[in-house]
Amino acid sequence: MGRKAKFDETKKVKKGPGRKARKQPDPVFKKELLEDDTTEKKLTHRQKQRAAKRAKKKAELVEKRKALKQAKKNVAKQKEVTINDEGDNSSDEETPQGFTDDNKEWLKPKQKGKQKEKSKPKTYKSESEDEVDEEDDSGNEDDDGSEMEVDSDDDTSGKKKVGGEKYKVGTLDDLFKDSDNENGEASSEDEGADSGGKLEYDSDSSAAEKYSDEDEDEDDDDDDDMLPIEKANIKLKKKQKIDKQLADEELQLNIAKQDVFAFPSEEELQNPASLQDVHQRIKDVVTVLGDFNRLKEEGRSRCEYTDLLLKDLCTYYSYNEFLMEVLMQIFPVQELVEFLEASETARPVTIRTNSLKTRRRDLAQALINRGVNLDPVGKWSKVGLVVYSSTVPIGATPEYLAGHYILQGASSFLPVMALAPQENERILDMCAAPGGKASHIAAIMKNTGTLFANDANKERTKAIVGNFHRLGVVNAVICNHDGREFPDVMKGFDRVLLDAPCTGTGVIAKDPSVKTTKDQKDIQRCFNIQRQLLLAAIDCCSAKSSTGGYIVYSTCSILPEENEWVVNYALKRRNVKLVPTGLDFGTEGFVKYRHHRFHPSLKLTRRFYPHTHNMDGFYVAKLKKFSNVIPEPFKDEDDEEIDGKTTEKATENGDVDGDSDEEKPKSESKKPVKRPASADSAQPQQKKAKPNVQVKPNVQAKPNVQAKSNVQAKSNVQAKSNVQAKSNVKAKSNVQAKLKGQPKPATENKPQVENKVQPLDNISKKKKKNKKNKNKQNVAQTDNVKSPNTSVNTSQSPNAQGKKKKKNKNKPANK
Amino acid sequence: MASPAEHFDLLALGIGVNVKLLIDRPDGTYCFREKKDRVYYISERLLHLAQTVKPDNLIAAGTCFGKFTKTNKFRLHITALTYIAPYAPYKIWVKPSAEQQFLYGHHIIKSGLGRITENTPKHHGVVVYTMSDIPIGFGVASRTTAECRHADPLATIVFHQADVGEYIRSEDTLT
Repeated sequence: MGRKAKFDETKKVKKGPGRKARKQPDPVFKKELLEDDTTEKKLTHRQKQRAAKRAKKKAELVEKRKALKQAKKNVAKQKEVTINDEGDNSSDEETPQGFTDDNKEWLKPKQKGKQKEKSKPKTYKSESEDEVDEEDDSGNEDDDGSEMEVDSDDDTSGKKKVGGEKYKVGTLDDLFKDSDNENGEASSEDEGADSGGKLEYDSDSSAAEKYSDEDEDEDDDDDDDMLPIEKANIKLKKKQKIDKQLADEELQLNIAKQDVFAFPSEEELQNPASLQDVHQRIKDVVTVLGDFNRLKEEGRSRCEYTDLLLKDLCTYYSYNEFLMEVLMQIFPVQELVEFLEASETARPVTIRTNSLKTRRRDLAQALINRGVNLDPVGKWSKVGLVVYSSTVPIGATPEYLAGHYILQGASSFLPVMALAPQENERILDMCAAPGGKASHIAAIMKNTGTLFANDANKERTKAIVGNFHRLGVVNAVICNHDGREFPDVMKGFDRVLLDAPCTGTGVIAKDPSVKTTKDQKDIQRCFNIQRQLLLAAIDCCSAKSSTGGYIVYSTCSILPEENEWVVNYALKRRNVKLVPTGLDFGTEGFVKYRHHRFHPSLKLTRRFYPHTHNMDGFYVAKLKKFSNVIPEPFKDEDDEEIDGKTTEKATENGDVDGDSDEEKPKSESKKPVKRPASADSAQPQQKKAKPNVQVKPNVQAKPNVQAKSNVQAKSNVQAKSNVQAKSNVKAKSNVQAKLKGQPKPATENKPQVENKVQPLDNISKKKKKNKKNKNKQNVAQTDNVKSPNTSVNTSQSPNAQGKKKKKNKNKPANK
Repeated sequence: MASPAEHFDLLALGIGVNVKLLIDRPDGTYCFREKKDRVYYISERLLHLAQTVKPDNLIAAGTCFGKFTKTNKFRLHITALTYIAPYAPYKIWVKPSAEQQFLYGHHIIKSGLGRITENTPKHHGVVVYTMSDIPIGFGVASRTTAECRHADPLATIVFHQADVGEYIRSEDTLT
């Protein structure tokens, strides 16, 4: 922060009053200190003399060298000529290889002999030797700097050599005896060399040795005109080059070895290996699967590898097989490993500034003063802070207690940002506990309008009360209803946020019990509840709102069953459409997932993963309600619809038409294959249908339940097409007949009432049970409308409550 | 059932004449409503909406000010701090070293006293602030400002009534 020295006088710093009334002047330096490097100093007389001497010496040296080279070349040419005369394998490539020193007589033939020996077993080694020879020669003639270049060209020159050798092999036959002669010559010459005080030149000595020998030869050549240090330098360079080459060779060998991943034998699989081994095996299998065609072991199918991977992943990360299987269907293997790895480590702690009480800058300053190390969470949020480390408990500072911030995962900001609440609106948060997102909404609304924070669990509503009062939210009504009954309490909200209870597969880092405890049934229970909640949320919302009419659906799960599928379900049953969430990051929602084909607009929804976005796994979808009319429910095929196979008509979510009805039966046939549990649900559903229609669908349903072969599926489809036409007509007439009330014949409903009311009551407050009994039939009807899938629950009704608890447990995870 | 008058008296103890500011607000009508012995301060508009929710299912609406004890005495809750703090006529600031003590539910002793409003009468409600002006609770002054000057360093200056630490310590009993 000192004064700025003006080293460069050309740039004038503007004078003027700054913050200080009286500025210190810029420091002034003496001329000597400011000396410019660019100007050259004049040389003294002596220096000039010395420079001239140096130049002269240099010139002389160059001259000498040239002369020497000339002489050598002449000798080499002569030699070549003699070789040609011999008629040997005098390929073009040989010619530049001539040794230019006095050793050429014995070196040349020897080399040739070597080449011939090696040319038969054409190994990598021999090639490389040749290369080196060539390089050495060229190094002689050119200056030493060319070595680098040669190094880089290794491969190409090697290949060229191979070609050359081939050529030689072709000529070998004719000249067989010649080569023998040559060998003899070579050996004799060898002896001569040895006697001459030169180095031993055993043909079987290692490559490195040979290299070094040759090097020395060369060095001898240049002895005259090189300083000792130069020679040493050249020697060193050569040695380094050889070392490098050897290392490369070794590396190649190693790679070649690694490439082959040996599929473990049965015993190996039986005996549990150490975790490190399993980890290594996972890596190997992932690489194999990455380039399957090249790396697979003969006779092994992809299935075997994936099964092995599945088992290993389960062992290593301690998941249950079901969940791992599901995850494998969501992610490609490479990404899956990343996801699992990211799910092991907790996300950074983030806090949300309560804009009702303070500003982020002030809060950050206050916390830094308390010894907290933090940073803004990112450009996308103006209220988030990431806490890296803290010397005080971040959840018990006076600022926290005074309501200046709340601990909240970064992912929990997203649904509220997507909801984009406006001031003076009426907003509902259906599953609000512990009130993190709800208080965020209130903060954005600046305590205007009305916020309904609902949660089904009475114990957890206390957390909402505490947080709201602490954060100074005064525009809220906190209530305790089952979310599915909320439309009975109140409708006409401008915006509804549904952060549905879920399996919590996105927040495994927070609650590792998810890894082992979740199975098919849990997922099924979750998405059934989610569907009902989403329909209820849509019903609560008012399409006529001037500013709103939006519903945001979010979960902290990454399973498409709980996300896209649920939204897709709602698209068909209510007059809603998907709109962009307004979040500029995150990956697009799935349109295809296994056999499911969701509505194309599901691209507008957003997924967030721990490994790509460094926040908890999350899903956000924003829906806009465009009509308050509830389309005639497709009761009959609700279950069948479960299948995503239904290629949706774009119209179907908009218009009240039977299109989607038609599609559903088809899908029905497949559904059971994937999710067997829902197979039996088809039956009760059919009962709901009108008597006329009922007959035929039943016929269809039966084969499904009995056996799920493809053949039957097909026949189903065919049979259905007939039925569909009829049912279509029926459905339409239904629509006209009853828009809302759905006055159904009691007889039809009866069986279902019993089926469905039970699980529902289990889930909802027991208090209500008595009261509800009176209205039982009505309830049953509405419930049927909302989600015929409840029938699935009937089988699990005893579990229903347990599930409820579970869901609640998962909830806090993402808060 | 305690009379509203009694309730307001107690409130007045805390914030004095400013209590009428809570009732006569420019941005709508606000009122006090009692539900299950708890007193809520809520805008009429919100009240109407809240009435659609069945009493059994209604957990809270607006801001809870306090509750009537079984002996029909009114006790202010820490949740009322949002409204009391801005209107309180008498304040006391505690040193950072004494913050923690107060947040754990202890009285404030002379050594922890940072600043105090002039002319604070004895046994009047005061709001407790940190030195950085964050309200962290309220209590009752045990001495006047003048008496504080000459008090023993370990003498209690403010009797603890409520502090924000209760949000953590007794979340369940807030409502």
